Amino acid sequence: MELNIKREELLISQLADLLVNDKHVAVGAASPIPGAAALLAKEEAKIKNKRLRVTILHSNKYNNFTDGARELFDCAAQGRIDTFFLGGVQIDGQANINLVGTGTYPKLNKRFPGSFGSALMYFVVPQIILFREEHSPRTLVNRVDFISAPGVSEDNIYRPGGPKYLLTNRALFKFNKNDKKFLLLRLNHNETVETVTNLTEFKFDVDKNISEMINPDNERIHILRNNIAPMVSEFYPEFAKRIWDV
Amino acid sequence: MNSFDQLSVKEIVDEVPDGCLLGIPADYSGVPMQFTKELIKKGIKNLRLYCLPLTTIQGDMLIGSGCVSEIEAAAVTLGEFGLASRFSEAIEQNTLLMKDSTCPALHAQLQATEKSVPFMPLRGVIGSDIQKHRKDWCIIPNPMNSSGIKDEPILLLPAVQLDVFVFHAACSDRNGNIQIGRRRELATLAHASKKVFVTVEKIIDEDLFENELSAATCLPALYVDGIALAKNGAWPCALPGAYKADNNEIKNYSIAAKTKDGFNEYMKLLLSK
Repeated sequence: MELNIKREELLISQLADLLVNDKHVAVGAASPIPGAAALLAKEEAKIKNKRLRVTILHSNKYNNFTDGARELFDCAAQGRIDTFFLGGVQIDGQANINLVGTGTYPKLNKRFPGSFGSALMYFVVPQIILFREEHSPRTLVNRVDFISAPGVSEDNIYRPGGPKYLLTNRALFKFNKNDKKFLLLRLNHNETVETVTNLTEFKFDVDKNISEMINPDNERIHILRNNIAPMVSEFYPEFAKRIWDV
Repeated sequence: MNSFDQLSVKEIVDEVPDGCLLGIPADYSGVPMQFTKELIKKGIKNLRLYCLPLTTIQGDMLIGSGCVSEIEAAAVTLGEFGLASRFSEAIEQNTLLMKDSTCPALHAQLQATEKSVPFMPLRGVIGSDIQKHRKDWCIIPNPMNSSGIKDEPILLLPAVQLDVFVFHAACSDRNGNIQIGRRRELATLAHASKKVFVTVEKIIDEDLFENELSAATCLPALYVDGIALAKNGAWPCALPGAYKADNNEIKNYSIAAKTKDGFNEYMKLLLSK
């Protein structure tokens, strides 16, 4: 029997697929979907007798650090974190991200929280996954109003890390560092290249093997709802309640 | 003689002068909300907040109450409950100076003060608009021959010393040692502050230094200038290891604070309690 999959569950499943080769995934502020994806990937790795460490910053239980809040950044700089997630009020075609606000800085029209640790994490974590649910011309822009962290850097800048993927509620893109351009890989159900193009202000390439996002199978959904949902409620209670009523 | 100064929360408030640089802990780190309430009651002005690395309801309340002229932070947010509206409006109306930063830079500037060196280098950040707007930061070519990449551009951040740092913790022992558990950023903030005051849930009649395990969880009394009892002193924020956040209350605040009038109404009620 095909289960009724929630939009958030499909996104969690997409992200979990990108974590299968990792040894340590870290999740920062305001990231319930990435947090759930990381814990799901960990649970699935365990079944395959593999070990995946997950550090969730806003959790006491799923937090591997004892040296205070700076340890995340030190650990990342040491190359001990394989994947981290970043978002953005705006993301542009060169993968610059803006977490600060819209308008001309510092006189912004609309102020958002701020850059968090993005300005270091984007440089040092090998796989940064950009995650922004809203896919629209106001979020995926030609040029961000403020660069919290640049998508690419000059060759003389120390930068072992950077953007690898961008997931929205409509599509999954891969970032091509050499072309400084996104490549459309997968479409959510009911989306076409045309609908995505119309809702994206920046220009992107389309993969010749473009495909539809695959729904999580019943086993994955079972793990997600039974094992992961209660874990998520420890650090994102509002989200867990809304999606899974736990 | 007592081995530490026991104060009231009001006496701690009196140690915080107008215009001072005040250290602010993150929401996961023991937010001194009872102290903050008293600070607002007193009508403190022109505070400069230094957040390690962010603030939630504490900073938003102080800003909304007109107590803050400047803030240095990596983010001001109510987390799951959305934008910190008093902060956002103050920026949009140009009544608050924001020194936008990024978490590791805020840590590094205090770490420089911990070591009493004038600056601390940090990788990353170069090419961001954060760096472009921070005139107090500078970039030099790496001068070292034996470490890093020779001449790679590297960011230098100035040491920052706080005037006062106040936080809330689960307990103090009889000698004034404060249990901070794994929240070691509280130690960084304390090391880098001229004065440190702590509100605690309780003072226990034990010596936490008698045992290796508990000694390792402490901020030693030598960094602490005064301790006050404040039962439930982080409410509605969480106190790690002691109690969870009162999410209903934070949600109520986030809704009220969306407008200036709603905020004023909320604060009037809170301060009258």
